[in-house]
Amino acid sequence: MTAATTMSDKGAPRRKTAYGSMSRDRTWALRWSYFFLVIFAAFFLLPPIYMFITSLKTSAEISAATNPWWVYNPTLSNYVELLTKPEYLVFFRNSVVVSTFVVTITMLISIPAAFALSRMRFWGSATLATGVFLTYLVPDTLLFIPLFKMFAVFHEWTGIQMLNRWWVLLVVYPTLTVPFCTWIMIGYFASIPKELDEAAIIDGASWFQTLTRIFIPVALPGIIAATIFAFTVSWAQFLYPLAFTTSVDQLVLPVGIITTLIRGDVFAWGQIMTGALLGALPPLIIYAFLMDYYIAGLTAGATKG
Amino acid sequence: MRAAVRQHHPITRTDTLARRRHLMADAVLSSDPPARRVITRPNAVRRFFQRKSTIAFLMALPLIILIFGLVIYPAFYAVYLSTLRKSMTSVAWMRNCAWLPDIICTHLPFGNIQFLFTRETFWKVVYQSCLFAITAVIFKALLGFILAHFVHNIPAKGQRKWRGMLLIPWVIPPAMSTLAWLWLFDPSYSAFNYVLTGAGFDRIPWTGDANWARFAVILVNIWVGAPFFMIMYLAALKSVPDQLYEAAAIDGANWWQRIWYVTLPMMRNIIAITALFSTIVTFANFDIVRVLTAGGPLDQTHLFATWAFKLGIEGGDIPLGASVSLFMVPILAVAAIFILRDINQRGNEA
Repeated sequence: MTAATTMSDKGAPRRKTAYGSMSRDRTWALRWSYFFLVIFAAFFLLPPIYMFITSLKTSAEISAATNPWWVYNPTLSNYVELLTKPEYLVFFRNSVVVSTFVVTITMLISIPAAFALSRMRFWGSATLATGVFLTYLVPDTLLFIPLFKMFAVFHEWTGIQMLNRWWVLLVVYPTLTVPFCTWIMIGYFASIPKELDEAAIIDGASWFQTLTRIFIPVALPGIIAATIFAFTVSWAQFLYPLAFTTSVDQLVLPVGIITTLIRGDVFAWGQIMTGALLGALPPLIIYAFLMDYYIAGLTAGATKG
Repeated sequence: MRAAVRQHHPITRTDTLARRRHLMADAVLSSDPPARRVITRPNAVRRFFQRKSTIAFLMALPLIILIFGLVIYPAFYAVYLSTLRKSMTSVAWMRNCAWLPDIICTHLPFGNIQFLFTRETFWKVVYQSCLFAITAVIFKALLGFILAHFVHNIPAKGQRKWRGMLLIPWVIPPAMSTLAWLWLFDPSYSAFNYVLTGAGFDRIPWTGDANWARFAVILVNIWVGAPFFMIMYLAALKSVPDQLYEAAAIDGANWWQRIWYVTLPMMRNIIAITALFSTIVTFANFDIVRVLTAGGPLDQTHLFATWAFKLGIEGGDIPLGASVSLFMVPILAVAAIFILRDINQRGNEA
């Protein structure tokens, strides 16, 4: 719809030259829009581009007094060094494992819960739906101290050490992903016509079958959006791993780069920028391929209700 | 839990049949009730598990456990922790209140809060948190609003490309992109200072001077958050019917009047919800400040979250850290109440 209207706008000036001022206004508005968009895009893309520039430099070039915005002797040595460094590979592996598990756990918890909350009423289900939304608003910065102490007490009671183990993140990350995913899944499920599941029930499907045969296939775009959200959140999470893990072999990527590569005055900036860029790459790649789902998930959180 | 589920009986055909069978069984067998329920009707348990509300409850059970065990319980545990001394073996009672008789004062468990109120850093943190959140949210909203208009103005073909490019700051993990900013702001190799000195200006101590450091953390937060506002506002702009603008144009409205009398009223709800969401996230921010300044110079850029981390995890004073982080609650609660109200309103309108 928008495509059609804007296309006709574009064609308008040529046909109705009599109303010159109107079309001239529009052309100027368009030019100004492009002008400012270019400026803002430059501002928005500056840090990632600068990351890339620095990642191609040697330490010698970084500490030299040359123009920092230009690479005189491009080299891939930072990438080679980093990708052959066992530490960094461990960070990467931990991040991949944690994110994959968290996404799976999140989906296993939130899809059935969203189905139950949107279709099968039970005592307190409306309150619970609101509660899910409120939980989504509780930030990680409020919970990390009590969780830290809870894990310490848990260790005293059961002898199971949770702090400084990467899998503690599998326990805490769902608190960040599940509420939001459940919330947007409730929205998606609620938009599915009731006739569809009534037909399935009449045909003798159980509730579980209705979920797997009808709801999941129909709400697939919503599930993809929720999956992307869960992945990006668990990949980017910084506070929990910083508070709960300390040993080098237990760290995930963001914390690993920040705690092990930054060592005071040493000029490891080439490597730091390389590490940060590679760490930013998985979400960026997913975003590049699934942009529409990503944006759908982003806007669904506040607009579905 | 069981009782809770039982209260609600969805009246379905199978259910009424089942109940009638119960009654018949009751009439025939009249032994002691609780035992009978288990022994004579082994199907009762199975029927209970086949009931729609039971299945629904079981499906939502992991979610309920997660919310209670890892969100609600820790939240209350934080309140409990905030009343303890550093050793966590005794309660931190208040001492020497000027405005309360001692007999009440020394039995109030708010010693940590009393202690915080006497510290200069605490008030700095309050000031900085409010300054940070308010300034960042206002600028993010403004920038997002303006950008959304620019993207909306250009032909639809190109919109996808621009939108995709402008959202990149939001997609990169904030800890990673803040590292790039940290390097851009480096005291001796700042790429910004290179440009500034090249243009004949003085070097700027981006993270070394308190006010510049405040500016830097707010700038990075705006950089990260503005794209989100842009996406939300763009979606809202697209939902405003074109007829309204046509009508406004016929009435002779200029561009400012079109924004003020058409766009803003139509977008009011989205503007409010996005800003409130962002207020929560910004106020509770940790990553950016932690990576960029770590609270420095001289604790001037600490937010509640980063200061709580410094005291609680790094300093080992868990109760004091918990007390600091709890000061976020009032503002978060107010924002949450407004969001909930807005969302419920929309639900009623629809």
